Amino acid sequence: MSHGRIMLALSAVVALLFAGSLVTGVADVSPWESLRALVIDDGTPLPLVMREIRLPRAILGVLVGASLGLSGAAMQGLLRNPLAEPGLIGVSGMGALGAVLSIQTGLVGAFALALPTAALAGACLGAVLVFFLAGRGSGTLPLILAGVALSSLAGALTSLALNLSPNPFAASEIVFWMMGSLADRSFEHVAMAAPLMLLGCAALLTTGRSLEALTLGEDAAASMGVDLRRLRLVLVGGVAAAVGAATAVAGAVGFVGLVVPHLLRGAVGGRPARLLPASALGGAALVLAADIAVRLILPGRDLKLGVLMALIGAPVFLHLIWRMRGEP
Amino acid sequence: MTLLEVENLTVSRKGGKALDAVSLQISAGECIGLIGPNGAGKTTLMRAALGLIPSAGHSTLAALSPAARAARVAWLPQSREIAWPVSVAHLVGLGAAARGRGDDHPAVGAAVARMGLGPLAHRRATDLSGGEQARVLIARALAQEAPLLLVDEPIAGLDPAQQIRTMRVLRALADEGRGVMVSLHDLGLAARHCTRLVVMRGGRIVADGRPDAILQPALLAEVFDITACTLATEEGTIFQPLATVAP
Amino acid sequence: MTRTFALLLALIAGPAQTAPAAAAQRVVSMNLCTDQLAMLLAAPGQLVSVSPLASDPVSSVMAEQAKAYSANSGLAEDIYLLKPDLVLAGAFTGRATVAMLERLGIPVAIFPPAASIADVRQGMLDMGRALGREPQAEAMVADFDARLSGLASGPGHASRPTAAAYAANGYNPGRSSLSGEIIEAAGFHNLAGDLGMETAGFVPLEALVMADPDLVITGDSYGYTTRAEEILRHPALARLTGGRQPMEDRDWICGLPSVLDAVERLGAARQEVGR
Repeated sequence: MSHGRIMLALSAVVALLFAGSLVTGVADVSPWESLRALVIDDGTPLPLVMREIRLPRAILGVLVGASLGLSGAAMQGLLRNPLAEPGLIGVSGMGALGAVLSIQTGLVGAFALALPTAALAGACLGAVLVFFLAGRGSGTLPLILAGVALSSLAGALTSLALNLSPNPFAASEIVFWMMGSLADRSFEHVAMAAPLMLLGCAALLTTGRSLEALTLGEDAAASMGVDLRRLRLVLVGGVAAAVGAATAVAGAVGFVGLVVPHLLRGAVGGRPARLLPASALGGAALVLAADIAVRLILPGRDLKLGVLMALIGAPVFLHLIWRMRGEP
Repeated sequence: MTLLEVENLTVSRKGGKALDAVSLQISAGECIGLIGPNGAGKTTLMRAALGLIPSAGHSTLAALSPAARAARVAWLPQSREIAWPVSVAHLVGLGAAARGRGDDHPAVGAAVARMGLGPLAHRRATDLSGGEQARVLIARALAQEAPLLLVDEPIAGLDPAQQIRTMRVLRALADEGRGVMVSLHDLGLAARHCTRLVVMRGGRIVADGRPDAILQPALLAEVFDITACTLATEEGTIFQPLATVAP
Repeated sequence: MTRTFALLLALIAGPAQTAPAAAAQRVVSMNLCTDQLAMLLAAPGQLVSVSPLASDPVSSVMAEQAKAYSANSGLAEDIYLLKPDLVLAGAFTGRATVAMLERLGIPVAIFPPAASIADVRQGMLDMGRALGREPQAEAMVADFDARLSGLASGPGHASRPTAAAYAANGYNPGRSSLSGEIIEAAGFHNLAGDLGMETAGFVPLEALVMADPDLVITGDSYGYTTRAEEILRHPALARLTGGRQPMEDRDWICGLPSVLDAVERLGAARQEVGR
């Protein structure tokens, strides 16, 4: 299948799942009625449900999924390692920590974009630390060890910050920040996170050519005209913006950036540049599908998105480790 | 025509110098064998000359912008890394991409044909044998259409036939008018296929000249700690290490 | 389930069984609800310590009074050093702490949370018996009954508008709960029953909006500091046509006489939305 056809097919799947997300909910109305209520306000509560509850949820599903899928593909390209994934290596966790700290310190009240900006700062610190700790090579062990250490630290500090809060609800937030959910998000969240997610994704999509050359390693890529320092800067900034903003509104949803590039790599002939846009669409599709599934499996119970993603993603992770065993 | 000129190139590292005031010129048509014991500074010399690591002194390549440098020199690092299962044709095409050209540029097809990769063009590069991968990576460098090739240990780990084939290709490229500098440990292959040998030890160039002039017992004993048998034949110089000097 | 468990616990370790024959002289309370009930019923000097939450105005309706008592950390060591001859605990007070105190020979009276208005009355009587203040407790119950019947005979009960409690995270205490009975005592039809929520649970925002109740009862006194409470500011909630009535946890979580204030306030809100 040609690259154009793959992109077209993925776009169609995303569109279909977007519509599917819009018609999935606890309210017992037909899909047709639901979609009609999106455009026609007949004075019943349904248009309110469609426009203020389901539409922002579906939009965030697309944006968060695209951000996570694209970030995974880009980080894998830079580190030349299929296990590099924002959730697994602690970038999402650090983003969640940033978000929680901004809430707990009251920074969120300071300016409109304080929450996603704080999450971005956390994710950025996480990405820099992982890249620094994992070193330049493509060794899996340092990367995973650095990721485990960073994830644990971010998780512990997040829990600590929430446990120290005088608010009795704060401690129960831990689950949200660590597992992620799109339940009952509003257009305020879309407005807050969309600009940063789009900016981050746009930055990541420019790295394709450099990531192609990196297939041959850093030394060869540098000799082939790639400015490695600039590439790292753009990539860390892009991942931090995309993952940070996604985490600020949806919590740390793991495994999207692992599963999606893994499934699509073969279809794009292994080419990192083509994997980027394909993973953005694939990520959107996966998160939309998972978000529909959590509503169908346990209606009205807010099954966390991250729980479902871990159930899908962990076996893929194990499979990758199984395949890579014996390599340094 | 001089393709690379380095002067007093020095790379400092903790507790000493990895490269100590090295000066060197490479001209078109030369196939230079860069030899020396482990840690002599062969890789450091090539990377510093390319500007990939910080150094003092002067190199005509190090000052160039990354894009301009890609047009002047192709670099084949020792690690034959191929991170993703891309097709052979695409991988060779990366060389053209370094010059801002597409996969369909004639240089790509020419490089694939030159390295005899036609039948493998649509295979995944990661599925090939070590020797085939070495050829694919050389083809990538050829597709870059740079007049100078710096090649770091291209024959390490290859079987004898692949080693000979690789050295013949590099020599042929030099004969066609490019400049080639190749680092290697096999002095026999270096003697037979290179037009000039540069000997390094402790970050310095200790000898530089025609192979038969370089591979003399005194230098072999001092630099490489070996004795060897050298035989001039119609096929070229046959060189065989025999024993170590120190017990 | 929670309620059955609480009742079961009350049967096993009910105050009637563990209260000593002679009235206790040094009473320590470890639970917000027993804190407040004990402050209302104890003789002067009888209650020596309450939990720290009792003096937190966000959680307690008796924060001022609680400042007169020393606060205990709720850890067995701390309690033991206060040398109590009776400890008051809630059914969900740390199981290990209660077991440790009992091992140390200190009588512990366990009060299950009030799950109905009848439980509130029973709780007062149980507390009176535990503290040896039965006459005061009976007087309190009599006042409570009199005021409740006055509220229940209020006007306008013919029409019952719908009301739904919607707290942080979309929490609803359910129909069969103290809050549920308070909503009904105030003359409302409790939406929790329509949503199939007999006991406590979480209401999806979508379900609440679709039901479009006449009154949404929310509490968010803790300020904008958690995601859980963020939902109370969701634009869809703000655009509902029904009324909003703030009601904090402290107003109707514990079985205190002050739950009648909650009934009264909701009754006033009913007059408002019924108009």
